[in-house]
Formats: sequence, C-alpha cells, structure tokens
Amino acid sequence: MTQIISLIQAAVVFGTVILFGAVGEILAEKSGNLNLGVPGIMYLGGIAGLIASFLYEGNAANPLPGVAVAITLLAAFVAAMLGGLIYAVLTITLRANQNVTGLTLTIFGGGFANLFGGTLNKMAGGVGQISVALTSGAFRTTIPFLSGLGAVGKILFSYGFMAYLAVALAFLVSWFLNKTSVGLNLRSVGENPATADAAGISVTKYKYLATCIGAGISGLGGLYYTMDYIKGTWSTDGSIEKLGWLAVALVIFATWKPRRSIWGAYLFGALFWLFFYIPGLTRSSQEIFKMLPYVVTLFVLIMVALRRKREDQPPRSLGVAYFREER
Amino acid sequence: MESSIAIRMVNITKTFGEVVANDKVCLDIQRGEILSLLGENGSGKTTLMNMLAGIYFPDSGEITINGNPVTIASPKDAFDLHIGMIHQHFKLVDVLTAAENIILGLNETTVVDLKRVREAVKQICDRYGFVVDPNKKVYDMSVSEKQTLEIVKVLYRGADILILDEPTAVLTPQETQKLFCVMRNMKADGKSIIIITHKLHEVMEISDRVAVLRKGHYIGDVPTAETNAQKLTEMMVGRAVSLDIERSEPVNRTARLVVNNLNVCDKDGVNRLTDVQFTAYSGEILGVAGISGSGQKELLEAIAGLQNCRDCSSIEFISEKGEKKQLSGMHPIDIKRLGVALAFVPEDRLGMGLVGSMNLTDNMMLRSYREGKGPVANRKKPKKLAETVVRDLEVVTPGLNTPVRRLSGGNVQKVLVGREISMEPQLLMSAYAVRGLDINTSYNIYHLLSEQKKRGAAVIFVGEDLDVLLELCDRIMVLCAGRVNDIVDARATTKDEVGYLMTYLKEGGKDRE
Repeated sequence: MTQIISLIQAAVVFGTVILFGAVGEILAEKSGNLNLGVPGIMYLGGIAGLIASFLYEGNAANPLPGVAVAITLLAAFVAAMLGGLIYAVLTITLRANQNVTGLTLTIFGGGFANLFGGTLNKMAGGVGQISVALTSGAFRTTIPFLSGLGAVGKILFSYGFMAYLAVALAFLVSWFLNKTSVGLNLRSVGENPATADAAGISVTKYKYLATCIGAGISGLGGLYYTMDYIKGTWSTDGSIEKLGWLAVALVIFATWKPRRSIWGAYLFGALFWLFFYIPGLTRSSQEIFKMLPYVVTLFVLIMVALRRKREDQPPRSLGVAYFREER
Repeated sequence: MESSIAIRMVNITKTFGEVVANDKVCLDIQRGEILSLLGENGSGKTTLMNMLAGIYFPDSGEITINGNPVTIASPKDAFDLHIGMIHQHFKLVDVLTAAENIILGLNETTVVDLKRVREAVKQICDRYGFVVDPNKKVYDMSVSEKQTLEIVKVLYRGADILILDEPTAVLTPQETQKLFCVMRNMKADGKSIIIITHKLHEVMEISDRVAVLRKGHYIGDVPTAETNAQKLTEMMVGRAVSLDIERSEPVNRTARLVVNNLNVCDKDGVNRLTDVQFTAYSGEILGVAGISGSGQKELLEAIAGLQNCRDCSSIEFISEKGEKKQLSGMHPIDIKRLGVALAFVPEDRLGMGLVGSMNLTDNMMLRSYREGKGPVANRKKPKKLAETVVRDLEVVTPGLNTPVRRLSGGNVQKVLVGREISMEPQLLMSAYAVRGLDINTSYNIYHLLSEQKKRGAAVIFVGEDLDVLLELCDRIMVLCAGRVNDIVDARATTKDEVGYLMTYLKEGGKDRE
C-alpha cells in the first residue's frame, strides 16, 4: 500500500513538470507553431527562477517566502516567454523553418541555463552546490491540514501549490480553446490560417501571443523542476531536456487536448518511476522500463493513425509558416 | 441614378513585383443587380475583387461605397462595409462545425453561444431558401454544402454586396441551378452580387450586366440582354475566337483499350467501380460523364496503374501492331516497361501531375529521369522539351527555371498536357482538363486533344461541362455510382439524356455493346 501511494506521489510530481510543458506547447501548437524548443524553454524558466530567488535571498535583508515565490514565478515566466519570442520572431516574422528553429532553441536554452547554473554553483561557494532553501521551501509547502489525512491526504494533498496550478492551467486552457471566441479563432489559425485571415483574424498576432504565452507556461515546468523536484538546487545533468522531450511526447499522447494531458502526465510519471517499484531490476533492465512513456506515445500515434478520427489529428497547418500572398 | 450605385472603383491599380495585375480599372456596381465579371485567366478579376474583400490593398485608386470614400485595409474592414467574398478555394476550417465557421473571427461574445448562432443561421436559411445543418462538420460536407455555408457565412456578417469567385466550377448542373435560384432571391432582397465565371452560358443566364477585363485593363460593360456569347468572347480575348469545336470523323478506328469486369474498392472496402466494361478505340474521343465522385478518378487511376483492382478485373491494351497487353494489377513503371505509351493528365495538376516547387525542365524530367547514363540524369532532352512546350503551347512564364506553382492555372495545365502529348501516346486520358481555365485556353486544350485523336490515339476525356462533352467527343460513357450506366453516341444524344443517365441508374445497367 505504501508502495502504491509512493508511486502515485512520484508520478504526480514527475507529471506536473511535463504537464506545464505540454499545456504550454498545446497552446503554441494550436496556433500552428510546432515549437520543439520546449526543453530549452523549460531550461530558461528553471534557471531564471533560480537566479531570481538566489539574488533575492542573498540581497534582501529579510527575505519573505511569499515575495520570493512571486519573484521567481515572474522571472521564470518572463524568461521562458522571451525564449518563445525568439522562436516567434524567427518562424512567424522571418518564416524560418520551425523544426530547425525549435531544435536550436533547445540547444540554446540548455547551454544558457547550464552556463549560469554552473556559475551559480560556484558563486554559492561551500560544497559548490547552490541551494535556495527559503524559496524552495515556500514552493514545497503543502496544505497544512488536508495533507495529514492519511492515504487520501498523501495522494491528493501532499504537493506544493504548483502541482495544483498545473491542473488548473490545463482546465483553463481547455476551456479557453473550446468555449471562447478567441479560442475558436486561435484553433482556426492553426488549422487554416488563410481562412482565419479572410475571416478578419490577425494570424500574426494570434501566433505571437499563443507562442509566447505557451512558452511562458512551459517554462513554469522548468521552474517546478528546480524549485520542487530537485528542491531549489541546480544540476547540469541534462534531466530537464529529457523531461522537455517527454512534454512534447505528451502533447501527441493527449492528441492536443489539455484535459487529456493531465492524466497523461501522471501516467507518464507512473510509467517512468515504475522500475523503482519492481524488485530485482538491474541497472540495465531499469532502462527498458524508463522507455515506457515513449512506447506508449508510439502506441497512441499508431492508434490515432488507425482510427483516423479528424478531431484527434494535429492542427492542419502545424509546422507551416503563413504568408498571405503566397500561391 | 447616382444613388443606386453601391460600389464605385476608380482608377484602381495593383502590381505584384513587375506584374501589373490591374491597371487603372474603373468599375461601378449597382444596388440590386447581378454583375458578371468576365475575363481570361490572369486578367485580374480575382485580384480586383480581393481588393474589395480586403485581402489585397490597391497601390493607387479610390473606392467609394454608397458615395463615401473608403479604405479597405483588411477583411475586417470589408465586413464592416458589408462586403462579403466567397473565394474560389473555400475558406473553411474542416474540423469545425458549420456554426463555428460562421462566427469565426467575429468575437461577438466572450464565450461562444452556439444556440444563438443556430437560430440566426436558420433565419437566413429560411429567408433565401438554403439548407445548412449548423452542427455538421465541414469535412463531412459536399462541395455544394460548403459553398452554401460560405454564402450563409457572409450573409451572417451582414453582407449587402456579395462577390462569388467561380462559384459554379465545382457544382453539378442541378446544384448550379439551385445556386442561381438563391442568387435571384438575394437580388430581389436588394443585395448586389458580383459573379466571376468562365462559363458564358451562365453569364447569359444569371447576370444583368457584364463587365469585361483583359490583361488587367477594364474593357467595358454591357447589359446582358444586349450581348451574346460571341461578342463577349471577343471583348475578353480582344479578337474573334471561334466557339465551335472542330470534330472530325474517327478514322482508322480499332480497339485500343478493352476493359472488362473492372472492380475497384477504396480503403474502407466500399466499391468505387463495379463491373465496368467498355472499349476505347483509336482515333476517337471517348467522353466520360457523371456526377463528381461517381468513379471517374478511380477509373483513370486503375488504368494508369495507380489503383488496386480486384483480381477479376481485366484491362487489356492493344497496341498498334495488335499485341495484347494486360495492364490490370500493374505498377505504372511496369506499364511503361511494357512499351505502352499511356499519357495521363490527372485532375489534381499540382499534386499528381506536376511538382509545384520544381521548375519546368524538372517537371518534364518526371517522365524521363530514368534515362541518361548511370546515376546521372539526362537534362538536355527535358530542357529542349520544355522549350518546345513553352513555344508551341504559348505558355506564359518568366523562364524555364520558374517553379510551376507560380504559373497561372491555364499555364500549369499547358505544361502538363504538353509533357504528356510529347510522348506521342497511344492512349491519352485526361480528367477535368479545363477546370478553372478560361475560354481561350480551354479551346486550345480541346484542339490539342482533337489533334491527338487525329494522330490515332485513343482519348478518354473526363469532363463536367455537358455542352463540351457533346461537342468534343465521339461517344460518351456515363458513369453513375461507379457503374457504366450507358455509352451513347455524342452526335445523336442530348444534354437531357446524358443528365438523366448521370442521376438514374438503369435497371440492370448491363445492356451495352
């Protein structure tokens, strides 16, 4: 029993990281922008949050947890949005190839973050490992009473606020896309920009906003990883990149539906940590289990291809730049 | 008189790079009239209308609406001025429902209120005699349903001036009549309608006035009642053009292609062709008529080796020397290796026929890239061929290195037909060869096909314009729901008979030849 609860907890924490990434990416992809820079953007969000909290904790005379959280959230969101802006300028205004731009952004984000992460570790001195205990603590604060409610408390209420924020964002984006007029317009931009254009929708504006805000949301995944998952430290082992790719896979797994990505994220998390709870695995056989999320994504791709349901397909003009006077 | 003018365009000029699409065009549109805008491909009709719809912005000139000068910088401006355009290529989002497409971009309410939209749509439908299911997804709709939806969409936006760009190009005769009926209702309601079309008999039937453009210049306008097809063609082309298709008697008529028991089913296992049986003869044009989607595409593709036929099917090719060759179940390459000179002008020109982003020479090579020494392709011959095609068929292109996608529809088709007939085919198949082409180019294509027939090729011509089928072909095979309903003598039959055969499957449907 404790094993199962512990697996669920691990799955939720893991899932939250990629849920942020996937929800942001869904928003961007719905505008027709296939942003493969998600790992890089998550890196940017993570490092910007860490830098902000490090500077705040180090310089403020009397650092307050609430202020620290607000500053790091803002820093992470803005930095990730700037990453998205680089992508947007290149692909929307300059009409560069989306795949190449996205992959470049991933490499850039990883390099940028690890450079500053390494610097931070040096600046922190001591054992050469940065730690922002105050901010991280605030991020990891659980709901006082509810989290003590035995198994239910552990499964549902033992997480920091960002785990709930991710779910709320997923519902919000889902509502926005499916119920609001602006969401309808955004979907049409990703499906058929020429049609949206003729209907008086500014394709450029929608693409820019969706890509940048989407990137901001994805970046929160990186922040959650640094602040909650690895408790306010930095490691240059490239694990954010791995999670970033899983977020991209999750978008496909969820067939571009934010609500489906919620349980998808937790499923990925459970599959990822499953090896830990299966006795008798060696180092090498563990790796086979770590492959499971990708196998499941492949399986979903095959199912979607076989069923050929139009609603489950990627946005029609995904990956294609729009130019009004092109023939 | 002045007050009845809805739109006045004065000295409109629009250039794309060095190409002048519209040169000082002046055009008036009256309230409550149907105006036909006529012109060859590339004469600037669509460009001119796109400037009213806010897709393009004029370089110079003035537009006044109801006497007030206006600036139309975006489609939104056009809606605000009550101008709505139905584009030739529908502007609809496939995965959305009709109602969602209608309110696209309007942002009337923060949260979409589909119930209200459905009611408004129903009102519009009742008023003009449309049928639209607001909950139907666009990908489930037929072409004519999509078009109706486009019209409802602009009416919902309060359009008083409707622009229809070649609305009948994809409709059956019956659907066209329905559309015309709706257009007359809208006219009676005081709306102004501009229709762009190539089909002269439709111009004569539906419009009150005709305005003609030629090479970006405004030639003039005439009340429809005071003109005729011949005069209009002369205005369009700038010189007298014969509207008669020369049809010679078939000579040296021998069986070239014998099709028996042809059965083709699609991916879902539904039969697209059932027990098709016919013979195509050398020196004749066999027309194929039918409502779109009756199996025309599958028939041609089966013969070309692009569709899997059921095992019982037999497609026998008989060469000039009398050798019989079975094509059923063969790959296009095998067919070519057999020495069968088979030319195919598919309906999807830039998808199946040509590669849009490649230039003229490279597109010629698609037929001959296997020639040449070792791994190196021979580029000299295709280049010469491209030069010949450009010269002989009067293809308008900046050069041989232009991607074919940049050419106009008519020129694209000339390149394709030119390549296909250059191989001196014994069997030439064409599907909707003149779709979207202007009159002059269409007649050029008819002429080219007739020449192939005289040369001794068997020509299979899938067409949609019954008038043309009756004038051009020697025999007409009518397909109905994937079966050959009948094969009639084109010289003896009537439009009504063919139209009837297209829609009603005969009992048994087997008594032929």
